[in-house]
Amino acid sequence: MSDKLTRAEVLKVAKLARLKLTDAELDDCTTKLGTILDYVASLDDVNTDDVEPLVHAVELSNVFRDDVVEPSLPQQAALANAPKTDGRFFLVPQILDAGD
Amino acid sequence: MSIVGATTTELLARFERGDLSSVEATTAYLDAIALNDQRVKAFLHVDYDHAVAQAKAVDAKRARGEPLGKLAGLPVAVKDVVCTAGQPTTCASRMLKNFVPPYDAHVVTRLRLADAVLIGKTNMDEFAMGSSTENSAFQVTRNPWDLERTPGGSSGGSAAAVAAGMSPLALGTDTGGSIRLPAGYCGVVGMKPTYGRVSRFGLVAYGSSLDQIGPFANDVAGAALLLEVLSGYDRRDSTSVDTPVPEYSRTLEEPLGGLRIGIAKEHFVEGLDREVEQSVRDALEVYRSLGAEIQEISLPHSKYAVAVYYVVAPSEASSNLARYDGVHYGHRAAGFENMIDMYSASRGEGFGPEVKRRIMLGTYALSAGYYDAYYLKALKVRRLIRNDFDKAFESVDVIASPVAPTPAFKIGELIDDPLAMYLSDIYTISANLAGLPGLCLPAGASCDNLPIGLQLLAPPFDEDRLLRAARMFERETQWHKRRAMEVGD
Repeated sequence: MSDKLTRAEVLKVAKLARLKLTDAELDDCTTKLGTILDYVASLDDVNTDDVEPLVHAVELSNVFRDDVVEPSLPQQAALANAPKTDGRFFLVPQILDAGD
Repeated sequence: MSIVGATTTELLARFERGDLSSVEATTAYLDAIALNDQRVKAFLHVDYDHAVAQAKAVDAKRARGEPLGKLAGLPVAVKDVVCTAGQPTTCASRMLKNFVPPYDAHVVTRLRLADAVLIGKTNMDEFAMGSSTENSAFQVTRNPWDLERTPGGSSGGSAAAVAAGMSPLALGTDTGGSIRLPAGYCGVVGMKPTYGRVSRFGLVAYGSSLDQIGPFANDVAGAALLLEVLSGYDRRDSTSVDTPVPEYSRTLEEPLGGLRIGIAKEHFVEGLDREVEQSVRDALEVYRSLGAEIQEISLPHSKYAVAVYYVVAPSEASSNLARYDGVHYGHRAAGFENMIDMYSASRGEGFGPEVKRRIMLGTYALSAGYYDAYYLKALKVRRLIRNDFDKAFESVDVIASPVAPTPAFKIGELIDDPLAMYLSDIYTISANLAGLPGLCLPAGASCDNLPIGLQLLAPPFDEDRLLRAARMFERETQWHKRRAMEVGD
């Protein structure tokens, strides 16, 4: 499964991951991820026909609880670590054009 | 007797007798931090006044004759990936450099209820990703036995703090060996509980199906006592399991009759250091002399564990770390062109190289066209690894192995070779994939006087027997009495 990873692929993955990488980081990632993926390719040697994936070591499913209203984090505490707020909301850059 | 060289049992007995106060003990550890931590660099935050204030409160409670918690007056250091309300929790990342959690993690609440003294937050590999504590954005922690070497990772700060007598107890987290490996390198006891034994509420997530919080101590009794306090169901973590918590510290001294110990032939292969192998074999002789039966077992898929882990853990990490977007908390870049660019620039600046690498690896493994080949394939092999253990535990009670192929490596030695670094976890990683409890305790020393650890693994929720098996060995040997650094008091 491990074709040699190309720089273009790494760039595409960086975009998907929302990571701005420098040219040097892109080069470094291309080499090192390639080495790691080559190592991971050893999994191809294992016959996994009829094997169910193990997502969790404790195979719980559908953990239910009652839907009860409880106090939530006070607004000021929720905002306290935010990079930018107006005291009531988290502030982000404009995402719509003024004409929209 | 030295305070900072004492075990938790000795400290609690002295508190009880009234010949030592928590303030005196806490002050002795704070003095040790002041004296040694400039060199060891185990701590990211120490709040001296706050620690003494907590100790004073416990002493006052004791003086009034009020009921006290199980850790009353004992300092505990906490890995900086566990949220402490009102105190910084940075995950050793630039991303969370200024983050102050609004709430306590479940385990921190448990510590407070047990009357522990929270002495400080310890250094780690950024977001718990690493095996050497060199991936911290702030400082490199050094091994108290040899300052040129790493303490292991990712809980290197916690392990070094206990080994250097800067705290009698500490919390770590273990996703692929991050408690057991540093315990081995630093010559202390470290334990990863069964997945689901300890609530992860308030633990900053790395690999959510693998992460567990666990104890460090300088003997098995200390680890048992701390685990007892940490364990138990918490509805805020839907993967925490609602089964009774045995009083581990109470049954600890009861030896296990007819103990069956498995050794896997796959664990004794090329790459294993001769002195490490010898220490493990010597440990098996100790067990044999106590009447234990040693059986060879096979874990045929164990050689794939590191490959499975480096698909599963980064995949989970890439999803978990998507929350760092520069909006609700964490670093936001100063310059950007639009919203998407703000995300990318903030993340590019906030994360260090290993974290970026794992996010990239996970994003790749989960991306269209690769999901089946990598992620699904890895989960299937994960099942086979678990099946190997289930089969082995039909005939043995615990599995003994080295904790790492070598004693502590040198700082800088593996930093440019991620794959070689990953392979230092070759003995520990399977337990996380299978969800098993594992423990590492001191069991030898190299010719350079570096600690050598013995790892014991047990079936899920068999912590009680795991601790007792460890204690059987400890009682017969002196390795746990060695101290890396002593401070007069």
